[in-house]
Amino acid sequence: MSQSSFSQKSISQTKVTIDYVQYLNERAELTQPLPEWASKPDTLVSYYREMVQARQADQKAIALQRTGQLGTYPSTLGQEAIAVVIGSVMATDDVFVPYYRDHAAMVIRGMKQADVYRYWGGDERGSANPDCKEDLPYCVPIATQVPHAAGAAAAIKIRGQQRAVLCTCGDGGTSKGDFLESINLAGIWQLPLVFIINNNQWAISVPRRLQCGAPTLAQKGIGAGIPALQVDGNDVIALHEVISHALHRARTGKGATLIEAMSYRLSDHTTADDATRYRNAEELKTGWSKEPIKRLQQYLHSNGWWDEQKEQRLQAQVADHVQQSVDEYLKTPLPPVSDLFTHHYQQMPVSLTEQQMAMEAKVTKGGGHD
Amino acid sequence: MTDKITLVEAVNQALHYAMTNDPDVVVLGEDVGVNGGVFRATQGLKEKFGFRRVMDTPLAEALIGGVSIGMATQGLKPVAEIQFMGFIFPALEQLMCHAARMRNRTRGRLTCPMVVRAPFGGGIHAPEHHSESTEALFAHIPGFRVVIPSSPKRAYGLLLAAIQDPDPVLFFEPKRIYRASKQIVPNDGEPLPLDTCFTLKEGHDVTLISWGASVQETLQAAKQLEETGISAEVIDLATIKPIDYDTILASVQKTGRCVIVHEAARAGAVSADIAAEINYHAAVELEAPVERVTGYDITMPYYRMEQYYIPSKNDIINAVNKTMEQA
Repeated sequence: MSQSSFSQKSISQTKVTIDYVQYLNERAELTQPLPEWASKPDTLVSYYREMVQARQADQKAIALQRTGQLGTYPSTLGQEAIAVVIGSVMATDDVFVPYYRDHAAMVIRGMKQADVYRYWGGDERGSANPDCKEDLPYCVPIATQVPHAAGAAAAIKIRGQQRAVLCTCGDGGTSKGDFLESINLAGIWQLPLVFIINNNQWAISVPRRLQCGAPTLAQKGIGAGIPALQVDGNDVIALHEVISHALHRARTGKGATLIEAMSYRLSDHTTADDATRYRNAEELKTGWSKEPIKRLQQYLHSNGWWDEQKEQRLQAQVADHVQQSVDEYLKTPLPPVSDLFTHHYQQMPVSLTEQQMAMEAKVTKGGGHD
Repeated sequence: MTDKITLVEAVNQALHYAMTNDPDVVVLGEDVGVNGGVFRATQGLKEKFGFRRVMDTPLAEALIGGVSIGMATQGLKPVAEIQFMGFIFPALEQLMCHAARMRNRTRGRLTCPMVVRAPFGGGIHAPEHHSESTEALFAHIPGFRVVIPSSPKRAYGLLLAAIQDPDPVLFFEPKRIYRASKQIVPNDGEPLPLDTCFTLKEGHDVTLISWGASVQETLQAAKQLEETGISAEVIDLATIKPIDYDTILASVQKTGRCVIVHEAARAGAVSADIAAEINYHAAVELEAPVERVTGYDITMPYYRMEQYYIPSKNDIINAVNKTMEQA
């Protein structure tokens, strides 16, 4: 085949442009005019409080794990802004489909902090979350939650409701078929769905550049036929704008949006991981220079909306609340072993009833592993 | 008088009934819409119920499984079709990691009242990957019901029951008998019970247990055995998870002998579980070890030699004669 005949038949590559949205940069300076709501302190202060709470709760979880009082736990250190804004801007009757690092968003939407500890502390009741309405529980396998979001969004569309589904996954999750199959469907069926890639740059030890050859992860949305953009994931103002807009689009029948929120995992992947094996100190230092809490605190100070006294009061209030949640978690007695059997089926099969009775008999005898 | 219909037509009739009577029932899968399914199980649904309830999906089985879960957590009752059981494996992660666990892990807050239908088994001269019987894989997973009909009537009643069931049901259809015989199946919306065996023929010398397409050969074997003076009781297992051991044990305690027949490979098969339970609960009454007539632990042969793999009437008769010779 000659070069000319080849080029005649080839389709010219469409130029891909991915917008990057930021209002408050890492030096806490405004990079563009603010939206109306952000010219007043209320929402921004609320975001700050929630982020401080998320960080303290996270630090406590790690301390509990290190002292043998919690199982393996994935930290949210450095990514508080994404979860806090998601939890705050979603409507009550929207459906949240989280991945396993979204503690703060889930807590804002109704999960008890004590349940966060119960879940990662190995108590199945921790994922019951009775106040979370139709939100899905934590999803530990990678990106398998994304088709659930597509299904929930399809149900909403079938019923003609004005609700949206918001689904998160990490940068590693975008390599999975489940993610790609779901955004593909969202494009075909025009689903009321918002995908947020929490791009914290690392999938355990595999860096973003080894995850995908494309310059952005957002552009995967273009292949699926849905609008896609990047946002500074450590900037609550930009996150608020972009996510609110995408939710509004979804609720008003305009279809799905893919948002790549650029952040950084300041912690290890989980408490079972040691990031010093694969990540250099210089990169981590740069990560700290961009983190969301300090950035917003500086901005609030510079506007006269925050001071040292308020800071001390907040830190003390949050510490109290977190400690109460820890106490509640640590005081939770084990459920009866029947609880392990009760919820598998609405009507329990006879064979399972027999197994339940056998386990109960074993435990009554002195039980467990004796 | 209603016409006699085939097993696949009974599936279609059940879907029409369920969708007519419950607006939450939706159907999704590849080719289920305009084409009416490659076996025509969903024929006419799209015309009657529209594209919002009968959805042709992209070719992505994990997606079909996962989307059904999302729909089910919203209170819809999705009936998903996987074109062949051999293609269900991309969806396996979704089914076992999420569908089977949703009720338990949310303590009942979210549930998955969904059905996944897939034709399975050999005998229709299909290409590679189209003829396996891997039902035991699914039976192993806590949280599922696994249901296999063996006649048009039971396909209709059991599918209606599966759709009404509040938990995820895997409904595997024996495609070798999709069109093998016809029955009058009243379209009365009457479900048949799940978790229950069906005793197809009473007998007192030996209990024959089977499911799916193999029930046909089992019934033929029982008929021929009757002519030689051996009275066989024939049980259609129907729900292979969870198993109705009351019916099985009562029968084996009466006959003292048992032969289990299935197309699936032998190792780790459902028949091994049944044999173990019989051994535990009816050892005293057993006059001979439980026999199994099964497929082999080999790759399902391509169709030129699949007849050597699929249990035959004579295989069953030989196994029964072997148990009769003991004691």
